[in-house]
Amino acid sequence: MSLEQFKNRNVGVQHYRMLDLSHTPQTGWGQFKQVVRRTLSLELFVGLKVTLREMTKALFFGKMHTTKYPFEKLPVGPRYRAIHEMKRLLESGHYRCIGCGLCEKICPADAIRIETAYGEDQRKQVQEYTINFGRCIFCGYCAEVCPELAIVHGGRYETASEQRASFSLFDDMLTPIDRLKEQKEFPGYGSVSPDADKRIHKTPLAY
Amino acid sequence: MMSNNITITIDGIACEAQEGEYILNVARANGIYIPAICYLTRCSPTLACRICLVEADGRRVYSCNARVKDGMNIVTQNEAILEERRAIMEVYDVNHPLQCGVCDQSGECELQNYTLELGIDSQHYAIPDTKRGTADWSSVLHYDAGLCIVCERCVTVCKDMIGDAALKTGPRGGDPLDKSYKATMPKDAYSMWNKLQKSVIVPSNGTEYTNCSDCGECTAVCPVGALTERDFVYQSNAWELRQIPATCAHCSSGCHIYYETKHTAIGNSKEKIYRVKNEWNYQSLCGAGRFGYDYENSSAVKDKTAFDRAVAALQKADTIRFSSMITNEEALMLQTLKETQGVRLVNPDARAFQSFLRAYAEASGQGIYPDDFKSIMRESDFVVTVGTKLRNDNPNVRYVFNNIQKMNKGAGIYFHPVGDALVPTFGKNVETFEHKPGEEELAMHLVLDLFADREALPDSVRKTIEAYHEPRTRTVTEKVMEEVTVTETDPETAEEKTVTKKVPKTVEKEVEYDHNGLVEALGGDAEHFDEIFGKMMNKKESFALILGEDLYFHPRADNLARLAALIEDVCAMKLAMVPPRSNALGVALICDLDAEATGYVVGYNAPGDFILSALGTGDLDMPALNQQEGTLTNMNKRVVPTNAALPYGGYELNDLMNSLGLGKTLTVDWTTSLPEDRGFVAIDFDALPNGYANDGQEHRGYLLDVPPAEKTATEIAPFDGDGVLEGQIAYRCNPQRQFSDFTDKAHQIFEPFALYASPEKAEELGKRVTVVFDRGSLELDVIVDERIRGDIVEIPDFQSNKNIYALFGDNRYATVTLRKGS
Ligand code: SF4
Ligand code: SF4
Ligand code: SF4
Ligand code: SF4
Ligand code: SF4
Ligand code: FES
Repeated sequence: MSLEQFKNRNVGVQHYRMLDLSHTPQTGWGQFKQVVRRTLSLELFVGLKVTLREMTKALFFGKMHTTKYPFEKLPVGPRYRAIHEMKRLLESGHYRCIGCGLCEKICPADAIRIETAYGEDQRKQVQEYTINFGRCIFCGYCAEVCPELAIVHGGRYETASEQRASFSLFDDMLTPIDRLKEQKEFPGYGSVSPDADKRIHKTPLAY
Repeated sequence: MMSNNITITIDGIACEAQEGEYILNVARANGIYIPAICYLTRCSPTLACRICLVEADGRRVYSCNARVKDGMNIVTQNEAILEERRAIMEVYDVNHPLQCGVCDQSGECELQNYTLELGIDSQHYAIPDTKRGTADWSSVLHYDAGLCIVCERCVTVCKDMIGDAALKTGPRGGDPLDKSYKATMPKDAYSMWNKLQKSVIVPSNGTEYTNCSDCGECTAVCPVGALTERDFVYQSNAWELRQIPATCAHCSSGCHIYYETKHTAIGNSKEKIYRVKNEWNYQSLCGAGRFGYDYENSSAVKDKTAFDRAVAALQKADTIRFSSMITNEEALMLQTLKETQGVRLVNPDARAFQSFLRAYAEASGQGIYPDDFKSIMRESDFVVTVGTKLRNDNPNVRYVFNNIQKMNKGAGIYFHPVGDALVPTFGKNVETFEHKPGEEELAMHLVLDLFADREALPDSVRKTIEAYHEPRTRTVTEKVMEEVTVTETDPETAEEKTVTKKVPKTVEKEVEYDHNGLVEALGGDAEHFDEIFGKMMNKKESFALILGEDLYFHPRADNLARLAALIEDVCAMKLAMVPPRSNALGVALICDLDAEATGYVVGYNAPGDFILSALGTGDLDMPALNQQEGTLTNMNKRVVPTNAALPYGGYELNDLMNSLGLGKTLTVDWTTSLPEDRGFVAIDFDALPNGYANDGQEHRGYLLDVPPAEKTATEIAPFDGDGVLEGQIAYRCNPQRQFSDFTDKAHQIFEPFALYASPEKAEELGKRVTVVFDRGSLELDVIVDERIRGDIVEIPDFQSNKNIYALFGDNRYATVTLRKGS
């Protein structure tokens, strides 16, 4: 085992690089000149040209293009890949996640954390499961790696929040038990391939 | 054991080997890979898995139990072998639950690895499954028979290494194999399956519980998720854990361990130790090392006022009292304080050991005991221990004793006043002497008597020994053939005739024998000892003597040290000593210790007027040993590094030294300053390796190189019997798995601070007793230790605030009065 990692005791010395900011005026006179130059060149209105044109069209010619979000929302496709959903088993209603931790391992943003324990029923129990949406990059790896089709992406795309590290807990993502019937499934990533029967060798059974 | 170098060829590569080595070990040492599941490097081959199959000179052999011969040509892989191996793996996978997703072993599972490596992607065999449940065998062991592949590694390690032999194979109740397989399957796979289908693992005592030493070594060696630590079940996947190579500091064995850490919880990113792992092929742990890991000082913060008070306390200190749970670097800091400020350094266990070592050095001319426990375990076939409680003092010394019996076809003599039920079970050639406390010198004389060349002994010692011998007679029963004449009736002719026959008859006979009074005085069977010993000595070549703490805390310790030197000189015996506590050897080498504490006392993990404590209970917090880096000196005379597994938020001893103007930038900057005249080497801490090579070579730190001493005092005083204790005796001894306040703090170690006694004694004493010493008294609960025999009671010293050393003084034994009830 390499001991390198234990030898760097200068924790916190990062490799920052400064930006090249050589054009910042150094004197008060220089700053004044920069302000005057920027104000009089009317650059602002170049940028606003399209906006003003569309505004005129909307206000005076009744040609409106925008959706009145959040009062109106566009429908998203069923395979939209936003906030995750945790699925349940259709027969028993038990959550599907077995706590294998593969999603936690594969997540390139290190956004997933899972806590498991030995349950009363002698099975592995998922005690808590979180995804940190301040980190998640919605790559879909977790859904792809999941051996149980337990985690999938869903249509909830509103991820703005007051805190950068907003996260979801297991219960937030789990299909509500009374809406189990509405739980949808799709072929593709993570699910059994349509030609699975052809591709596996059958295991002999002695019963 | 003789070693002859030979050369063999493995897969076309010429390999150096020693006559008698196993093929597998030679291959491993030379970086050649042979799959093997059931073999454990330091234990006997069980031939359970058969996957290590190779061809040696065209013949199929199992590389884990076939020994190399000069010029042997070995092929580790060909189509036939691969076919056999694939069939073996398929068999293991029959009815193995497909639950890697929840299994604790996933990611480090040998069944997973070999299944993938051999490309098993389909199954050809089938048999109805049997219901196999889970069981908690003890407070730490969890067994899931459904996952067990019956490789018997747990059984083997517990028998050959640990010595408890607490596990065995039991009936599985599975269906017999379909007869047709016999003809169609590869034959090794078939016989492996045949056995597998019949067994599961069960506690060997016939109950549901192992009732063992709870070392957890069986969980470490289990290749699959069948045997796990109860507390760890479903806590974390192996790959989430960060491994920190370290050294266990609970006892003087200084075992190599890995702490495995991860964030505490989803909402708590602080690192937490989840478990301890070890290189089980080369180093076995005990329960304290494996389960006593959470003793960190977690709440420490930089408290400036406490720090300033600590600096002031150190400035005015007359004495620093400290425990041996300390790194070499810190010990050196304390020694620096002694040299610059003239404080007294007090540490009772290290001091006793130090003066014993000094007496030994003066008598032998050697700076330190000459041998180490690893070489004894590897080479010796006859081991004698005097003055160490094998089961409690240092678990790895006990493993050495046991392993010699099992692996080297060894014999052993265990001299100890406290009777033990486990030690005699280590082997059929183990003799125990339950002598009286104070008779250790007699034991040493008996060792001289048995192993020394009489002529080489100094006259006085020879005369003492000879005085114990006298010819006596004993009655032996012998079988002789006797001629008798009987009258028989022929069944055919009904004729009567007399015939003479020889019939066996037992007769009693008086024979003369050499009566050894030493054996008798030590409580042995003097009448038959010559026969017993003769049997023990059969084919023995390498002898070893191990000495322990009873001798350091002994009124005649110096005389015992001189006897040890004499034995080493005249007996062709290896000699090693068990340091009493964690880093007692390091402290004994680095510090000049004083006998008594005087004046204002600063305690470092020890009682005092101002206490620096890594337990978090003192006046200033200090880092515990799982939060610090530094080196320790272990019983194998090796200076081994340890790394910090957990963060620490407070001040360290080095900070205090800096305030006194004596410090260095980092604690580990002291490593190169360790005293070279005491055997340390000036190597930078960061340059110290910490691991094992494939051939089992230990690359950890460096070996001490203690310079020789001057031979001054060798005169041995005759045994006068003055120090022999009679009456009710108490012995200062910790229960298994407890060593100090630190093991006590760990949540999985719960052996209480109480009086431990044999079942009979405990019954006699009732639930609670007051133990009255000369110097004070103590009230304790009585706890039965099933493995203690006899009348002596054990009183632990692992809680430093109970001040047990003060009650016992300079002796590990004391005569006490036990008062029932409270
Ligand atoms: S990969 Fe799937 S089953 Fe495994 S822990 Fe993640 S969600 Fe649960
Ligand atoms: S023991 Fe190994 S193969 Fe079996 S379930 Fe556990 S990880 Fe998988
Ligand atoms: S419990 Fe583990 S080590 Fe013991 S036989 Fe089963 S698989 Fe092997
Ligand atoms: S814990 Fe140790 S003593 Fe107990 S069964 Fe396992 S190996 Fe044997
Ligand atoms: S307590 Fe001693 S024997 Fe046990 S693991 Fe630690 S150093 Fe090894
Ligand atoms: S390793 Fe040789 S038979 Fe198992």
